Amino acid sequence: MTTWLIRRLIQALFVVLAMSVIVFIGVHVIGNPVDILISPEADQAERARIIAALGLDQPLWKQYLLFVNDALHGNLGRSFVFNEPALLLIAQRMPATMELAVTAVLMSILFGIPLGLYAGLYPEGAVARTIMAGSILGFSLPTFWVGLMLIMVFAVQLGWLPSTGRGTTAELFGIQWSFLTLDGLRHLVLPALNLSLFNISLVLRLTRAGVRETLPMDFVKFARAKGLTPARVIFVHVLKNIMIPVVTVVGLELGSTIAFAVVTESVFAWPGMGKLIIDSINVLDRPVIVAYLMMIVLLFVTINLVVDLLYTVLDPRVRLEAKG
Amino acid sequence: MTTPTLEVRNLRTHFFTRAGVVKAVDDVSFTIASGRVLGLVGESGSGKTVTGFSIIGLVDPPGRIAGGAILYQGQDLAKLPEREMRALRGNRIAMIFQDPMMTLNPVLRIDTQMIEAVQAHAKVSHAEARTRARDALGMVGIPSPDERLQAYPHQFSGGMRQRVAIAIALLHHPDLLIADEPTTALDVTIQAQILAEVQKLAVNYGTALIWITHDLSVIAGLADEIAVMYAGRIVETGAADAVLDRPVHPYTHGLIGSVPSRNRRGEKLRQIPGTTPSLLRLPPGCAFRTRCPRADAACEQEPLPSQPVPERTVRCFHPLVAVAA
Amino acid sequence: MSTTALPVVAREETPFRRFVAEFAASRVALAALVLFVLIGLAAIFAPFIVPQNPYDLAQLDIMDGRLPPGSASAAGYTYILGTDDQGRDMFSGILYGLRISLGVGVGSALIACVFGTALGLFAAYAGGRTDAAIMRLVDLQLSFPSILVALMILAMLGKGVMNVVLALVIVEWAYYTRTVRASALVERRREYIEAAECLALPKHRIMFRHLLPNCLPPLIVIGTQQVARAIALEATLSFLGLGVPITEPSLGLLIANGYQYMLSGKYWISFYPGIALLVTIVAINLVGDQLRDVLNPRLQR
Ligand SMILES: Nc1ncnc2c1ncn2[C@@H]1O[C@H](COP(=O)(O)OP(=O)(O)OP(=O)(O)O)[C@@H](O)[C@H]1O
Ligand code: SF4
Ligand SMILES: [Mg+2]
Repeated sequence: MTTWLIRRLIQALFVVLAMSVIVFIGVHVIGNPVDILISPEADQAERARIIAALGLDQPLWKQYLLFVNDALHGNLGRSFVFNEPALLLIAQRMPATMELAVTAVLMSILFGIPLGLYAGLYPEGAVARTIMAGSILGFSLPTFWVGLMLIMVFAVQLGWLPSTGRGTTAELFGIQWSFLTLDGLRHLVLPALNLSLFNISLVLRLTRAGVRETLPMDFVKFARAKGLTPARVIFVHVLKNIMIPVVTVVGLELGSTIAFAVVTESVFAWPGMGKLIIDSINVLDRPVIVAYLMMIVLLFVTINLVVDLLYTVLDPRVRLEAKG
Repeated sequence: MTTPTLEVRNLRTHFFTRAGVVKAVDDVSFTIASGRVLGLVGESGSGKTVTGFSIIGLVDPPGRIAGGAILYQGQDLAKLPEREMRALRGNRIAMIFQDPMMTLNPVLRIDTQMIEAVQAHAKVSHAEARTRARDALGMVGIPSPDERLQAYPHQFSGGMRQRVAIAIALLHHPDLLIADEPTTALDVTIQAQILAEVQKLAVNYGTALIWITHDLSVIAGLADEIAVMYAGRIVETGAADAVLDRPVHPYTHGLIGSVPSRNRRGEKLRQIPGTTPSLLRLPPGCAFRTRCPRADAACEQEPLPSQPVPERTVRCFHPLVAVAA
Repeated sequence: MSTTALPVVAREETPFRRFVAEFAASRVALAALVLFVLIGLAAIFAPFIVPQNPYDLAQLDIMDGRLPPGSASAAGYTYILGTDDQGRDMFSGILYGLRISLGVGVGSALIACVFGTALGLFAAYAGGRTDAAIMRLVDLQLSFPSILVALMILAMLGKGVMNVVLALVIVEWAYYTRTVRASALVERRREYIEAAECLALPKHRIMFRHLLPNCLPPLIVIGTQQVARAIALEATLSFLGLGVPITEPSLGLLIANGYQYMLSGKYWISFYPGIALLVTIVAINLVGDQLRDVLNPRLQR
């Protein structure tokens, strides 16, 4: 177990390192680092001074080490626009994005599993066919388009829900959250639903496939032969078998969901880090871009690591192999 | 005369597939009394398992019971509402499956799977259910049952898993136990042990036992009666010793010929030529016709059950009665 | 099973004929295919169909901005789908936008296909460490969400049609590599490849003459799916303002332009390009699904 963990950690570290090289090369080789790191307003003398100060006259590998060193100290440059440390800006926006992404992932389980279960139990019915057709749409339609439709229907036409912003927030652990107030929750519904649509489709397909695969298994028939109620057979014997892969996939999807929040945040003007990065790209606020990319890679790798770990904890078969 | 534990009368279980109707069980009848052992024998695909599932009410679509009666203590199970059937299932009628590696849920602990089986039919506390589960494990010869209750199925060997399944089946001391080739997947010494244990337990509780197998030698010393199945039909039934010593149906005769233990060492194993016909495309008349050495024009008609010798029912126009055994 | 003689089909059954017949078995897929071909033709021949060149600012009249569908233009024709805020005829804009969307989608899929296939064949053929290294890269690439990879590239390179195509290629290539390698590994073990190897045919000949044709079915399936994905992703990037330039809007940018007016009831600026996008993507996906069912030997009855 320990060796496995260490190997996995080294792997993760390697990915982060590789991504840092790519981002570094992207910023320092493809783009002009002077443009990237120095405000366009600076004059000639100022530029020369900063170039020397930033070590841009050093050989590339030294520059890379410098970049890594700075990054390790939490210094990824200052935003041109906000004139604040880029990392701080990202950190301030992160809770809003996390709130949105986690809500979306929870919604995908909340809707995806029951729908998938139904479609798996009654695959021939009209309802199941409708669910499956819907899931194809959920997979293939661009998120932003669905978001616009949600706004058009629920905000503009019906006027049921607000379409932009986080609404009233309340503080918990020194951070502002929307889900703590009714108004905030109302603001959260549409964007979270929008973001979770892909995941709902994914979860429901996985669940359905799992049900179809598990139902004919001997152990399900044996459970029925014991005289258990259908509810117990389905919710304990069948579902427990499906939950492990589903939860694993959902966990792995959290990273993608955070990345795709970029789109939803732009549509719903949700003030998270996705909205920040789009704005930053549009005004070429490159330190923020670099900080965002490094942050999200780190987040991504961490999530994958944690999910892997959880998977071994959840599945008794894997758990034992890992021990032995 | 007392009512037998189970009387199956003209049972038909058909699968209505897209390719056609599969008559997996077609006009099957047999009777079994309390404390007796019926050996249900036949080649792979002859309908043994489907017969078992029909009795316990677990035939899934596209299959369904298309006719006949399954009288359990005089009550027709084929007509019983699902709720009442569920109360009998695992309680008065239990079943052990063919493949022990697949019968236990891999992600649930043994205790969960046993306790739920106890509580499905007995209103007892969790602790009491656990005690019963532990005792049942001990009874089927699982060492340190308390500890093993905490384990997951994959921590057991195949033989141990089958013992767990047997323990679960016997939890409520059923009146009828259907054992569907429970030892086929296991090695020979364990087969013999399990066989002996199940029989002992069945006798103790007065359980009627249907032992399904494709291997005649397995039930030779075990069964009181034997029913031989071929292509969804029972072609010969009678007392076990009599059937084994003097088979009357050509198919049974062929089967016994192909049992290794009954051949002399070095003698070439006799095989029934040909293969089991597809149930979708059975030839009209006797289904064994294409492989039968005695077949003639008469066999193009459907042979009906007859009694060429006392206490023996056979479906054949040319039973082996004239031939000295 | 007995060999009951089936009624002999009069026409000779070639694999291609069977493929066509099986594909056409689904009415929905057939309709989707027809629809997709029509959309493609409309996009290709857009300049001959539409009343206005929507990218020629001289032809746009700001005074005609945000007219509802059915309004008459100063030049005499009807804005059947209305106009956007710059007075661009939406119908013309949509067909030209489709040109870009389809062009970028199909183009990037083709480039990614060529590149990814070559790499996959190479990995399968080289084996050993080379194979392992390439597949590691594939895994890494696939573990990152497409939007993130595209964002990264566009953030570094800036907007522009070619940059979007490049981003899409980088997002997509790994799917082809993985697919081709998997089927190539299976095919390699087949007798005819072994025979070709025994004849000492040059390696590249074996790869391209023998392996590739047999990897084709899964490639076609993946390719179709990727075109749909690429179109959706291009639209998303353009919607976010990171894709095509504002002077030559694709569907995504048209939708973005209309977004601010949607709340005030001028729905058509966003809505019709949205419908065009939706229909295109769904049509391609339906075709792709049917292709998968027909070409996937595992599902064949
Ligand atoms: N779900 C089903 N759909 C269609 N046909 C089925 C189905 N289940 C069983 N059958 C058919 O019923 C016939 C009898 O099957 P059954 O499982 O009872 O055979 P068996 O005697 O138990 O054989 P084995 O020794 O291999 O277990 C088989 O020919 C099989 O094709
Ligand atoms: S009825 Fe005819 S074919 Fe069938 S078993 Fe008897 S002799 Fe053979
Ligand atoms: Mg069986």
